[in-house]
Amino acid sequence: MPFTPPKESYSGKVYGVGVGEGDSAVTVGGENVLPFHSFEGETPNKPIIAYEIQDVPPSDWPKDVQEPFKDVSGDPVQWAKFCQDTLKAKAIALRLVGTHPDMEDRSVEDAVKTVTDVLGAIEVPLVILGSNHAEKDAAVLVAVSEAAKDRNCVIGKAQEANYKTIAAAAIANNHKLIAMSELDINLSKQLNILLTQMGFDKEKLITDPMSSALGYGLEYTYSVMERIRLAALTQNDETMQPPMLGDVGVYVWKTKETHAPESDLPEWGSLPERGIAWEAVTATSLLIAGAELLVMRHPKAVDAVDKFIAEMEG
Amino acid sequence: MALTGVAIFKLLPKTNCKKCGFPTCLAFAMKLAQRQTELDLCPDVSDEAKAQLGEASAPPIRPITLGAGDKAVKMGEETVMFRHEKKFVNPCALAVEIKDTEDEAAASEKVQAVLDSEINRVGQFLRVDAIVLSNDSGDAGKLEALAKLVAGKAPDVPVIISTADAQAGEAALKSFEGKKPVLYGATADNLDAMAAAAKAAGATLGIKAGSPDELSELTEKAKAQGVEDIVMDSGARKAGEIIRDNTLIRRAALKKSFKPLGYPTITFAVREDSLLEALVVATGIAKYSSIIVLSSIEKWKNLALFTLRQNIYTDPQVPMQVEQKVYDIGEPAKNAPLLITTNFSLTYFIVSGEVENSRIPTRLAVMDCEGLSVLTAWAAGKFTATKIAQFIKESGVEDNIEHRELIIPGYVAILSGAIEDKLEGWKITVGPREANALPAFLKSREAA
Repeated sequence: MPFTPPKESYSGKVYGVGVGEGDSAVTVGGENVLPFHSFEGETPNKPIIAYEIQDVPPSDWPKDVQEPFKDVSGDPVQWAKFCQDTLKAKAIALRLVGTHPDMEDRSVEDAVKTVTDVLGAIEVPLVILGSNHAEKDAAVLVAVSEAAKDRNCVIGKAQEANYKTIAAAAIANNHKLIAMSELDINLSKQLNILLTQMGFDKEKLITDPMSSALGYGLEYTYSVMERIRLAALTQNDETMQPPMLGDVGVYVWKTKETHAPESDLPEWGSLPERGIAWEAVTATSLLIAGAELLVMRHPKAVDAVDKFIAEMEG
Repeated sequence: MALTGVAIFKLLPKTNCKKCGFPTCLAFAMKLAQRQTELDLCPDVSDEAKAQLGEASAPPIRPITLGAGDKAVKMGEETVMFRHEKKFVNPCALAVEIKDTEDEAAASEKVQAVLDSEINRVGQFLRVDAIVLSNDSGDAGKLEALAKLVAGKAPDVPVIISTADAQAGEAALKSFEGKKPVLYGATADNLDAMAAAAKAAGATLGIKAGSPDELSELTEKAKAQGVEDIVMDSGARKAGEIIRDNTLIRRAALKKSFKPLGYPTITFAVREDSLLEALVVATGIAKYSSIIVLSSIEKWKNLALFTLRQNIYTDPQVPMQVEQKVYDIGEPAKNAPLLITTNFSLTYFIVSGEVENSRIPTRLAVMDCEGLSVLTAWAAGKFTATKIAQFIKESGVEDNIEHRELIIPGYVAILSGAIEDKLEGWKITVGPREANALPAFLKSREAA
């Protein structure tokens, strides 16, 4: 019985979304097959990992992931330059977590200054994330969109409660937009439809179906991502064709596995390596499920995932 | 090729006797076609029909057991490409490689690490499942010595003997009689001898090829030699090759009913860089490997890989549940707040994560609602005032706290009066509707 490789071709494809400017610009997405299925179709762009930085020092990150940035993380500009120049980041994700009313409640003006300063210091594409406070984000992200006008950033996250104002600002200032919904393929589709109905170009969207860490609901994110991607490819569903974001670090580095010392749980092994593995394995799983843009923290985890991507593509 | 329901129906007795548990022979035939039931349930099917249906009704990926006894691992029997369609059936086995070139102390240490690898995570015991004994030396005596060492120290752990030399394999297999080992290393060059050795020892034959195409030729040859149980290595080593070959093999088996590739697969993920190795293993876990071979099993790596395997192999149709109990978050003092929620794992993860974010030590009472979220559990009558009161009373939490205040989710604010009636002396406080408002809620109470 001769073997014929059962290759598949799909009617749909994932939009290629370009971010950043000049030589440092990158494109996320663009493939017409399942993740890493280059044996049966086009995968023109490798997944991109953005290093996560914040507007305030990362005092709530575990020590092991604060350590690599300890000399620079007091200043977002230094931090961004360190990621770009020393760690060779292909993109940077600036999370304006300090604007959250429960954190430092930093003002819109503070956020604008941080974004302007960081943009002035780097060439690689910038992802600008709010603090995940729907109301405050609406104000902050509108102002920083304007401050970053025409720099082709990714702005996020637009959610059901605030998408109108944030999307309008992204349109007016020529940015790409992350649309986030909570672990449900139908909510994700609905938000993309609402955004396109208000005139947002669907080819400028990035879908965030909500990430979760290994051991803490990862299987939900994994399957929602697979289902979104299958809808995009097999049903040619245009509302499901934006590339996807895996917001990895923020979920991983609050799990018990990245905090608990080996002295408390000897059967869990070395804490520093465990934390890095937790981030790298979570990230890898989401890549296999369909994410093309990752936001990560630990340089060793990023390096390992980059090597893995090279092996996948090579 | 798989038969259609109608084709199967023609071979059944057509008596509609219902002994199979289905109302009609046609209904039974349809279920057989979807591989959702077994032909054996029909007591009256003719031998002739059995022979014809046997091949077609066999699972598309042959079920094979690795090892024997309590630590045996089931492989194969998978039915879908994606885990959201239906539960992935048999979690892949993780195996660590021991080379017969390693000295005895190093080998013993690895065997011990396998024996010590068991971890309990959300109620499941997870471990490194098997050991690969590699004949790197090319010396039959060394392989046999390693086999004796492993069989002596870890008699219950399933093994895979890896050698290109059938005689060396035969000698090593003697240490594992009746234990259903794998004899791996059959290629186009030595297939006959390896097949004979595996057959004689009752072992599964591990076939290594250079491509899925060559693999299918070799499994056919082995089958012609009378070998039934096979695990397959397409030769893929790089991550991209692994995802390609595993995908093509599973598609061929499931969608084309291509029998020559309808066996479990073995993947060698061995890398110098242990973290990179973990990511290649992750690829095998997510994408269709039945056995994955590692070079090292550090505890941090095991924990991450066991957890991923557990996540991927959970049943997507059954909500994941956490154990009913009162969880301490941080180190709550006797006056720390007490929250209640349901035991849907996502609910628990999100609520406990937000409580952790608040940095305020808290007790979180997680009540068994069969894995439903708060609103669904309330609507289904599982998160009611009576049941909440009973749970709080029986949990013994009253002995650990000074206050008598219970904070309930905002979505079930309507229950607060009824709970106060059932829980005498307690004050019920309505918390936020969404978990992300918990940090602010807890902090404002702290400040007050």
